[in-house]
Amino acid sequence: MTGLDETPGTTGSRGSRLLGCVALASLGVLGVLAFVLTGPDVRIHPTTGEEFGQFDAVRMLYLHVPMAILMYASFLLCAVASVGVLVKRTPWWDVMAHSTAEIGTVLCGLVLVTGSIWGRPVWNTWWEWGDVRLMTTLVLFLLFAGYLALRSTTSDPRRQERQAAVVALVAVLDIPLVNRSVAWWENRTLHQRSTLEELKIEDLTLFTLMFGFLTFGLVVWWLTLQRFRVGWLERAAIDHAVGSAIAERRSETSAVELDAAIGVPGDPAGEESP
Amino acid sequence: MTHLGYLIAGWGISLVVLGGYALRLVRRGRSLSAEVPEDRRRWLESPGTDRD
Amino acid sequence: MSEVRRFLGDAGLVAARDLRIEFRSRVVVGQVVPFALLVLVLFGFALDADHRTLRMFASGLFWVAVLLSALLAVHRSAALELSDGTLDALRMSGLPPAALFLGKATAVFVQLMLLEVVLLGGLLVLYGVQVVDPMLLLVSGLLAGVAVAAAGTLYGALASGLGVRETLLPILLLPVLAPVLIGATRAFDDALGSVAVDGWAWTGLLAVAALIATVVGALAHGVLIED
Repeated sequence: MTGLDETPGTTGSRGSRLLGCVALASLGVLGVLAFVLTGPDVRIHPTTGEEFGQFDAVRMLYLHVPMAILMYASFLLCAVASVGVLVKRTPWWDVMAHSTAEIGTVLCGLVLVTGSIWGRPVWNTWWEWGDVRLMTTLVLFLLFAGYLALRSTTSDPRRQERQAAVVALVAVLDIPLVNRSVAWWENRTLHQRSTLEELKIEDLTLFTLMFGFLTFGLVVWWLTLQRFRVGWLERAAIDHAVGSAIAERRSETSAVELDAAIGVPGDPAGEESP
Repeated sequence: MTHLGYLIAGWGISLVVLGGYALRLVRRGRSLSAEVPEDRRRWLESPGTDRD
Repeated sequence: MSEVRRFLGDAGLVAARDLRIEFRSRVVVGQVVPFALLVLVLFGFALDADHRTLRMFASGLFWVAVLLSALLAVHRSAALELSDGTLDALRMSGLPPAALFLGKATAVFVQLMLLEVVLLGGLLVLYGVQVVDPMLLLVSGLLAGVAVAAAGTLYGALASGLGVRETLLPILLLPVLAPVLIGATRAFDDALGSVAVDGWAWTGLLAVAALIATVVGALAHGVLIED
């Protein structure tokens, strides 16, 4: 990953600091685009002449849609990394799998929340059972929450990295099955009403959406990088702790052996009181 | 602006959660870096070992 | 060909052992089945015991009861391997993990079938349902049972053990089984005549789920039981 000159003591590096600044700036620009430069989604009904549409709620989509795409990307990366864990067995793949799973789950939770908040004024409901994308996203969230729960059962990631990889892959394999079953279930798919074609896609709206994708791409890249470094440090800390414990034991033993060799009176087994 | 409450809630929750998560990562990174010797802090310096 | 026969023989031995233990200890018959019936009864209380309402929701309630009870059955199945180093002995005996998986999943499947039969009786008696399409009921019940048993056995290996991991089973297993729940409920809706859906189409989905669960389980079980 980026940045070879480090400041010891943090997970930051020149590269990641730059990335972080650009991401923040981009977020600022997105805010201006989303709230100031673009207009609300207002349409005139052909027969009644009434105004309808999402009005200002459309501004939520500049957040919700990019996060959803990046969520899928994170989970896909997690699946790839999990294959890497099973095939290659190096720590890099495992830290990658865990990091992308965690980021993906955070994004998934936010997608569900922002989607629900968006849905209330637009579809007049906080939640809808039987909508394909809602259900699939919910199950996806539950699947990876389970993955994270599994990983949290032990502080030593090496113990269950292969098991976790299997769980992640089963989760990803399950998604098409969930998708198909919900799609058949009810034909009420509210999401159809909200596809990109439905919006009045003037150039600025589309541009803002794309810019949102770029912005959150940078944000997620920064977060994944940081999370990866934290994960790497966690493993290094465990290795280090184990390593120094072993070294300490060794040095204890050699002190005793040294005494015995010199001929210091006393029991090598340490059974008598000091 | 219509639906302003919803917009504030949606954007607000997202930014707070992402910001909070970022903060937690940076803090955890700092405390872990203190525990780990300098040469083992980056994967570039200490590539993973293949087992078996 | 003889390798396949040996493999199946190994699986059969494991299944027979598990079922024999169950026959002697009667955990599923004595505890899990009553639990399932209790769930049906609780639903009756909670939904205000109107026959028409219950008939409408019968298939959903049935499958929720089956899934919750399956958690117990799977947990029990996995726990059998934890006593006295049984798992290590099995591993060292050269038994292929896939055969172990198949055997244990078969035993769980048999127990689930028993559970489903008893629960169906509960539905007939307590909820007053009528079976319109018994063949559909049978096939979908069987296929859903395979899917649940296979997925459960796979995760059971993972979630067994001391302490923190025991409570992992529900949160790992149930989301994975969401499509099975949806499919089996719809198939039963058709078979019990409560909703006009194409139950056989859903049964096709169940067949796919059962196949995937069995294949993935056989392949992955080895990884999940290693230390």
